[in-house]
Order: sequence, then C-alpha cells, then structure tokens
Amino acid sequence: MSENAIELKGICKYFGKVTANDNISLTVKKGEILSLLGENGSGKTTLMNMLSGIYFPDKGQILVDGEEVTIRSPKDAYRLGIGMIHQHFKLIDIFTAAENIILGQEGQSQIINLKAVTADIEKLIHRYGFQLDLNKKIYDMSVSEKQTVEIVKMLYRGANLLILDEPTAVLTPQETEHLFGVLRNMKQDGKAIIIITHKLHEVLSISDRVSILRKGAYIGTVETKDATEQSLTEMMVGEKVSLNIDRPTPHNTRKCLEVKHLTCINKYGVKAVDNVSFTALGGEILGIAGIAGSGQKELLEAIAGLQEGDGSILFTDPATGEEEELLGKDPLEIKKMGVSLAFVPEDRLGMGLVGDMGMPGNMMIRSYRNGKSALLEQRGPRQLSEKVKEELEVVTPSISYPVRRLSGGNVQKVLVGREISNSPKLLMTAYAVRGLDINTSYAIYHLLNEQKEKGVAVVYVGEDLDVLLELSDRILVLCGGRVSGILDARTATKEAIGLLMTKHGEEN
Amino acid sequence: MSFLWAVFKGIFSVTFVQKAITQGIPLLFGATGEIVTEKSGNLNLGTPGIMYMGAIGGLAGAFLYETGTEAPNGLIGILCAILGSLLFSLAGALIYSVLTVTLRANQNVTGLALTTFGVGLGNFLGGSFSKITGTAGQITVYTTGQTFRTRIPFLSDHLGIVGDLLFSYGFLTYLAIVIALLASWFLTRTRIGLNLRAVGENAAAADAASINVTRYKYLATCIGGMISGLGGLYFVMEYLGGTWQNNGFGDRGWLAVALVIFALWKPARAIWGSILFGGLYILFAYVPLSQSMQEIFKMLPYVVTILVLVISSLRNKKENQPPAGLGLPYFREER
Repeated sequence: MSENAIELKGICKYFGKVTANDNISLTVKKGEILSLLGENGSGKTTLMNMLSGIYFPDKGQILVDGEEVTIRSPKDAYRLGIGMIHQHFKLIDIFTAAENIILGQEGQSQIINLKAVTADIEKLIHRYGFQLDLNKKIYDMSVSEKQTVEIVKMLYRGANLLILDEPTAVLTPQETEHLFGVLRNMKQDGKAIIIITHKLHEVLSISDRVSILRKGAYIGTVETKDATEQSLTEMMVGEKVSLNIDRPTPHNTRKCLEVKHLTCINKYGVKAVDNVSFTALGGEILGIAGIAGSGQKELLEAIAGLQEGDGSILFTDPATGEEEELLGKDPLEIKKMGVSLAFVPEDRLGMGLVGDMGMPGNMMIRSYRNGKSALLEQRGPRQLSEKVKEELEVVTPSISYPVRRLSGGNVQKVLVGREISNSPKLLMTAYAVRGLDINTSYAIYHLLNEQKEKGVAVVYVGEDLDVLLELSDRILVLCGGRVSGILDARTATKEAIGLLMTKHGEEN
Repeated sequence: MSFLWAVFKGIFSVTFVQKAITQGIPLLFGATGEIVTEKSGNLNLGTPGIMYMGAIGGLAGAFLYETGTEAPNGLIGILCAILGSLLFSLAGALIYSVLTVTLRANQNVTGLALTTFGVGLGNFLGGSFSKITGTAGQITVYTTGQTFRTRIPFLSDHLGIVGDLLFSYGFLTYLAIVIALLASWFLTRTRIGLNLRAVGENAAAADAASINVTRYKYLATCIGGMISGLGGLYFVMEYLGGTWQNNGFGDRGWLAVALVIFALWKPARAIWGSILFGGLYILFAYVPLSQSMQEIFKMLPYVVTILVLVISSLRNKKENQPPAGLGLPYFREER
C-alpha cells in the first residue's frame, strides 16, 4: 500500500506534429484534492485522457497505488479504480440515469433487475449526498443532473481516483457549491480527486495542492495554502499578469437599442422572456446576469431576429439617427444593419463552426455573401484567420488545420474572434469566455472594451459575477424571464445581484 | 361498390392471410437481423445481398448433400441447408464488418457493393446448380425442400380455419417469430442488449463505459447477418420448394430494410409489420385492375414506410428515432 493513489513519471504524448504532453510527472495522494491548472491547450485534458484509457502515452510510466500499470483502454482504467468525468458527458441520451450507470458493468445475472440495481445506487446517492432521480431520461436532464449521473456512475464502478474535467464551467454558483460539498464528502472517504478548472477562486477553495502545466510541459506543484490567485496565474502564464479588468469611463453615450415590453414564447411553449424593457447605450457595456436558462438566450435571439416575440425592439443607427423596429425583420436584414450576435453554445462545434474545415473556411461562413465575383473571395478570410490566430494566440500548427482537432478553448477563440471581427454597431456576446483560460479571457475582455470605446453598444451575458461587476457599466439581472433589476456596476455588490438572480422583481 | 366488395372478399380470405404471412416471413428474418445490426450503429445496406447469399448457401448445402447420397434424408438435408445458409451469410457479414469497422470504410458504399456482390454470387451459383442437374428452373433439392415445407402435424389438420391460419406453415415461420421475440427481449432486458444499444447510440460513451465497441459491432453485424440470411433460406426452401430462380428473391431485401424503419427498430413490431408488408406486397393480385394499375399497388409497402417516417419524425419522440450513431465509424483517438 502506498499513500499515493497515482503517480505519473515522464509522460509524453504527441498528435502528429503537435506535442500535447512533454515529460510530465505528478502525484496524487489518497484523500486529497489536486487541482490541475493550465491555459487552454496546455495539455491537461490529454494528460487525464491517458489515465482514463482514451489515449495511450508515447513515453513514460503510470503508477497506481505504488505499482506500475499499463492502461490501454477505459476498461483497464476502471479495473484500476480510475474514473473520469469528461467535459462532454459520455451518456446515452435515450437511457435513464440508472441504465447509464450500469452500462458496461458485469452483474451477477445477464438479465437486468432494475429494481435491485436502483436500490443499490440509491444507497450510494445517500452516502455522499447527491440529488438524483434514477428513472429520469438523460435528455430531460439539466447539465448539473447529467454531471451527477456521471459522478455516481464512476463511484458505482468503484472508482478511487476521480478526475473531473472543468466540472463547474456550466454550473450555477449554487450547483457548484453543492458539487464541492459532495467532493469533500468523497475526500473524507479516502478518495483521490483531480479537478481541472480555470476559476482560480474555486482552485483555492476546494483543492489541497495545485499542479501547473504550461504548453504541454510540467511547471510545478504548490500547496494551496501557500498560493494566491496572483502567484498561480504567474506560474500558469509564465509572466506577470494584471488581474484587474480595465473599465474605461463611457463617453459620448447615445441610445442604440430600446427594448419595450418584450415577451417571447420559446419552442417548448414556455414564456421565456416576460415583459422585458431596457435600453442599451452605444459606448457602454451592458452586463446581463442570471441563472442559466433565465431567458438570456431567447432575449438575445429575439434581438438578432432568431426568435419571435411581442412588444417592441427599436434600433437606432448611430450614423443617421434613424429608429427602426427589429421585431419581424429576418436575421439577415438585422445583421446588415450592424447587429451582431456571438453566442457561445455549450456545444461549440455543433452550432458555431464546421469541424472539418480550417480557420479560413469557418471565417467564410459569415462572409461568403460578400464580393461580386462568382468565385469565393479567399484572401480576406485568410488574413482574418491569421489575425485571430495572432491576437488571441490560437495554438494550431497552421490556419488550415481542421478546427475539430484543436483543443476546446482554442476552438472557442476561433468562434469569438470571428464574431467580433464583424465590426458591428451592437455586439451581443453570451458566455464568450466559457471554459477559456485567464490569458484568453483577458484578451476577450480587452476586445470588448475596444469595441466599447469605438462607440459600439456591447451586451455581455456572463456567468462569472466578479467579471460582470468589473467589466460592465450597468448590469441587468434576469430572473425567470423577467427583469428583476438594473444596477450600476460601479456601486453594486455581488450579494445584491445574487439576491436579484433568485427573486422576481417587485416593480413588474 | 362491386370493386370494393371484390377487394374485401379477397383480403378477408384464409388464402390471403396465408400468403401474406408467407411473403412476410423473409422480411421478418431480414428486418430482425438488420435491427440487431443497426443497434450496433452499423447501417448494413448489404442485407439484400446477404439474404441472397443465405439463400444460395442453403441451397448449396442441401445440393451437396442430396447429390452425394443415394437416398437423401430430409432432416439431414435441413441441417446441411441451415449450415450452408449460416456460413454464407456469415461470410457476407464478415466482409462488411472488416471493411467498415476495422478499415473504417464508408458504410453506405460498402453495403451497396455487398448487395451487388451477394445478388451476383447467388445468381451465378444458382444458375450453375440448375445446369449441373440439367433441369433449369425445376426443383433441385426436392427432398430437403419438401421437409422444409412440412406443416405442423395434427394441429394444422384438425382445427379447421384456426389450423389453416396458425399452423399450416413450415418450422422456419415459427422460428422467425421466436427469433424476433427473443431479439426484442435481449435488446431491452439483458445487460449485453443494453450495452449493444449504447454502442449504436453513442460509441464514444459506450467505450468510456469500458464496452468493447469493436467486438460488439462485429458480433452484432455477424449474428444479424446470419438471421437475415435465414430469410433467403426460407424463400428458396419453403417458398420455392428447394430450387433457384435467377433474381427470384427480387426486391424483398430492400423491403426488409424498409420494415426496420416501419418497426421503429423494435423486433416485436416487425412481426406484425412483416405480415402487413406481406399483405401489401401481394395486394395487387386481389385488386381487379389493369396490369399497369397493379404496378402502382406494388409500391404500397414503401409508401407506408414513408408515412411512418413522416409521422414518427413529427411526433419527435426520442425513443422512436434511429440509433443516434447509425452510419458513423468510431475511432477512439479521433479528436
């Protein structure tokens, strides 16, 4: 018996020309939570995939419980008690939670006895304090429920080492708290946990030690109690970084968008946006806060012409000063007027980009209508790709490399870079920094500020309240599709916003 | 009115039902096999070819046996025929699996090529057998064919109309229904069935749950292929009585693939679906119309399939959709 649950020694992994992991060594002790920190494309996910049997290392040793092992497949990983919760959940949509949990398991009998299995799993659920309905189908579940299924699945298989890849990226603050509570219960139980996250305050609150990777190389490990957000960032980025977000004082603001009594029914027949009124000014950033699914998506889509609604959305062209009604116009017309929507969906590749094409091809999706020649205009998209690659530091061997093969964060940089390049008059972004590392997030905040200074009205839907408070000029809080308050970001507090997020406004 | 009456009288007769079932059984074998295959994510469009291979394989087995002995025994003939059929359709399914699973060739192209190959192989060997016996178009394996056609003793004779409707068929008919019911039970109630469905829905998730995706795809495709092949065997033995007709099996293989969609990937539904398809397939003979009009009636099964597709996509119930991973190759290190 060793006190180390797992030890990695000199692990290397290459994908063609790309070096994903270069000589990495780290250890996790039993009953410990280790944070793995690194920017996008620094090789965290790749490294963890070698523990879970998805990839096989090109070089190096893996020791479990002090003994050298070979992990050739997920089956080997399970046998060794290693369970990984991927960023993209590996669940079967049409199965129930219970069916997903017993998937691939050998039971005493070939015939499934769902009742007995359910009772077994219920015990586990109570032991660690999960909340889960085992008979619910996955397609009916929220993201956090799906994540719970994944974790319970691993525990049911007897995992002693749990790896979580960005588990909080899509959770609300409350859900995150609950998850951390469960993780602490597991730690008490002697389980070893590796957690990958970009949110430094979470790293500091949940983990015992932090290991840091940079560009595929191992930088070092520190005790969490000796670390600060600043010191971790410096290790991760390799240079001093200012953690303050600039907020230039708005000047020459003028009305750009006026939404009056907007109500939208979404495709499930639910009133997603309920009597919403606000104005967005050119030259300022309007932050929108709210628990996921409070109507943010429908609101932005209504403005972009992708969603029908009742009420009025008036857009004022800053050049001519003319007012125009946006409701009832088609998305192409609205786009031409200078309204741009950058919505980063949970599935970045599915909605925003074509995986098999390189960067120029993906840039062209937005620009192919431009130009008068019958042939495609190639030069513009190429230049734009080079620019995005350089400014947002996209890690790719060449711009024509298929975006599907890039790491998650890099894929998103391509998506956001393209939307911002449209030089709009009204720029709406939703979850623009979801899953992005600190450096890239700051690059994007900087881009938004640039737009603001140009006089563009920026609408920023965000998840991180700290960022919303530092970046925006005003913050609109949505709760259940209604506006529960509009605050001045310079004086508002996190607690005030949190309260508004869960309480319906009284004035409506 | 007299027209409707004629159709009505034709349809509600014992012979019509018997013929519908006779036409439906090959489709049921084909569809059950294809459902098992598709549940692993393999869209095997080679099924029509595999059914031809199963047919000629069975004929070849019986033929080798009957030409090799003086007084052939029907039961041994049956065994040889089944063995031959299984071997041939297994070979077809293996070709498909190696190409699509191991070599990750495009499933549609591979399947269509396999169908062309299977039909050609069947016609080539079948024609040769007729040449060897010197009786083109006549029964080549009489004893075996007759044994396949043996009805259930006693029950088929002594129960009047019930006996005619339910017990007047050879054993392959009942085997088809039993296999479909077993497949249904296997897919919904057993761990292997659950795992298999997971492979077809989301191979990456199944892999992460430590299911051996490659092994499941191979086994499902091969077992599915052998079940489909029995449909061909039924056709040459029970329907034709032990002989070969070039292209005699016609488009029934495609009808079996259509039946998979009609049955919404549920083998138990395919049982009554196959009888319905069988009935629609021969309906034209019961409609007093000119021959050109009858041709239109022959497309009824396909029309029904399209309608079912439209309705099931309108209702948008996730459980009634094809396996989500159907037609997609899986490679673990792809990113």
